[in-house]
Amino acid sequence: MLDDTTPLVRIRDLKMHFPIYSGMLRRQTGAVKAVDGVSFDIKRGETLGLVGESGCGKSTCGRAVLRLYDITDGSIQIDGVEIGNAGQSALRPLRPAMQMVFQDPQASLNPRMTVEAIIREPLDEHTTLSKTDKAQKVLDLMDAVGLNRRFAKRYPHTFSGGQRQRIGIARALALNPKFIVCDEPIAALDVSIQAQVVNLLEDLQEQFGLTYLFISHDLSMVRHIAQRIAVMYLGKVVELAPRDPLYDAPLHPYTRALLSAVPEPDPAISQTRKRVVLQGDVPSPANPPDGCNFCTRCPAVMDVCRRIDPTFQEVEPGRFVACHLYENHASKTEKAEAHANQQGS
Amino acid sequence: MIERAANPPLPAGDPTTPDSIPRERNQWWDVWDQFRTHKGAMAGLFFLLGITLFCLIGPLLWGVDPNTLDIRNKDLRPVVNALWGVEKVSWAHPFGTDNLGRDIMAQTMQGGRISLAVGWTAMILAIVIGTFVGVIAGYFPRLDGLLMRLTDLFLALPLLPLLLVMMLLFRDPLRAAFGPEQGIFILIVIGIGITSWMQTARIVRGDVLALKEREYVLAARSIGTPSRRIITRHLLPNVLSPIMVSATLGLATAIITESAISFLGLGFPPDYPTWGKLLADAVPRMVSFPERVIWPGLAISLTVLAVNYIGDGLRDALDPRIRGT
Repeated sequence: MLDDTTPLVRIRDLKMHFPIYSGMLRRQTGAVKAVDGVSFDIKRGETLGLVGESGCGKSTCGRAVLRLYDITDGSIQIDGVEIGNAGQSALRPLRPAMQMVFQDPQASLNPRMTVEAIIREPLDEHTTLSKTDKAQKVLDLMDAVGLNRRFAKRYPHTFSGGQRQRIGIARALALNPKFIVCDEPIAALDVSIQAQVVNLLEDLQEQFGLTYLFISHDLSMVRHIAQRIAVMYLGKVVELAPRDPLYDAPLHPYTRALLSAVPEPDPAISQTRKRVVLQGDVPSPANPPDGCNFCTRCPAVMDVCRRIDPTFQEVEPGRFVACHLYENHASKTEKAEAHANQQGS
Repeated sequence: MIERAANPPLPAGDPTTPDSIPRERNQWWDVWDQFRTHKGAMAGLFFLLGITLFCLIGPLLWGVDPNTLDIRNKDLRPVVNALWGVEKVSWAHPFGTDNLGRDIMAQTMQGGRISLAVGWTAMILAIVIGTFVGVIAGYFPRLDGLLMRLTDLFLALPLLPLLLVMMLLFRDPLRAAFGPEQGIFILIVIGIGITSWMQTARIVRGDVLALKEREYVLAARSIGTPSRRIITRHLLPNVLSPIMVSATLGLATAIITESAISFLGLGFPPDYPTWGKLLADAVPRMVSFPERVIWPGLAISLTVLAVNYIGDGLRDALDPRIRGT
């Protein structure tokens, strides 16, 4: 059997391209490379934060990991089982182990179902419990996420955003999953409610031994909940590091720019510190630039960045970064090869 | 299908804990309460019940055969006589008689039976076909093109000539198989049903296309719910409103199309009254006897109006957001 040190989730070179059809014959003329070669591991009981700006492929990545899409390429292993190219019917028995909490608590609950029916749906699909047992389990779940039992027969529209998110979390918990993808679960909530929901997620993690992939663009919240953080830019992970080193000394120029955009509560510090303001817009994922994806906006851009895509490599123990600034850690042969390629072309 | 919550209520939890769920009443009572607040829908419901009873039980009570010719009492018009102050008004035939002395009230009752039966059956057939095609086309992109081109094909067919050709081709074999009235009934219902599902299919497809991208459908997929249950549990209840609207419109169209076929003389046999045929028979002498157009006309338009209001009220009552529960 697998021991506790093997990662629960192992993603290798995950690619999710959405085809673009155009012209009279609806021929495929290109692809939106929403996720383009992402690799990471998530250990058991760990929270991996996935951050990045809007449209960088965070949510697509989370959904692709759960195989809500048919991925273009790559390998996804959850608890040692390869699900990258399994069919949807083969996935069905594996679904209870992996669940998802959605961004918009309003849109993720069917307006015509009661809370009880919503939380019971996974039980209906995967268990053969009797009606009374299911009802009892629903009530237990409502207790676990802090919802009043008397609300079981109400409809989602009668709840506030935070309460709705709790319903969504209860639904995700119903089948005792090991791994939950939290797709910006707090983005649509008030700040005061955000803290409640994040604390609830942390409590549940402790209680049930859950593993989270926590997708967010709120860097301070990710710092609070995640142990390791992956930074995405235009479909690729540019930096993956444990929390404290990443926040204290970001390596990749994009991470630096992101972190400098986090508001600083102390006015004295905020006046003196230097902000890295990026110029221009994110390139289209349908037509990413040659070389490094970040080369069009990078403040530390070099010639090589415009030609060669940097490799994603470990520069310090546990710290991965994809940037030419740190290429000297890589072997000289690789550089020579790149040089040769460049002359050849 | 509509309200999954309409299952029997949860057994009350442990009665010793104050937080246990109170025994809830059936959710259909909430639907009924909301429906009752819609005055138009209630009026429509009463009218529809009334006219259905009028047509079903009326002939038993009235006891006049709609096809008895009574040439001596032809062209009676008690209502007009009463309104214009003719002294001696005979109320033996309250709606009057036609130019052959047949009692118009008995004919309206008998005609209503056929018209209502044709209207409801054809409408249900059209809604079932339309919803099925629409959901399949919207949910499975692979079948979308094929099914929508099929829908376009049906829309492009000229409806009335098609129905007339169908009548000519299939009338005799069906008559032989099911008897004259049954055969024509089946033919008309199927004819109207398969030529009026296209609007529903298009509307449902459009809604399903939008709904299937909603996060709750994605959530159901992440749970592992198979497509057929995603459709029945999440999609169908949420496309109920447009289906309801096209159902009410469909009933009206079906009654009117049947009238048109009867008007053209290819519907039910001549001794078999329907509202449409009563209307058609009365049209040539409409100037002299306007009330003969008004009776079946009123019946058709009020029924259609009533069903529209009922559909409106039902749509509101079935939506928990409007219901406020």
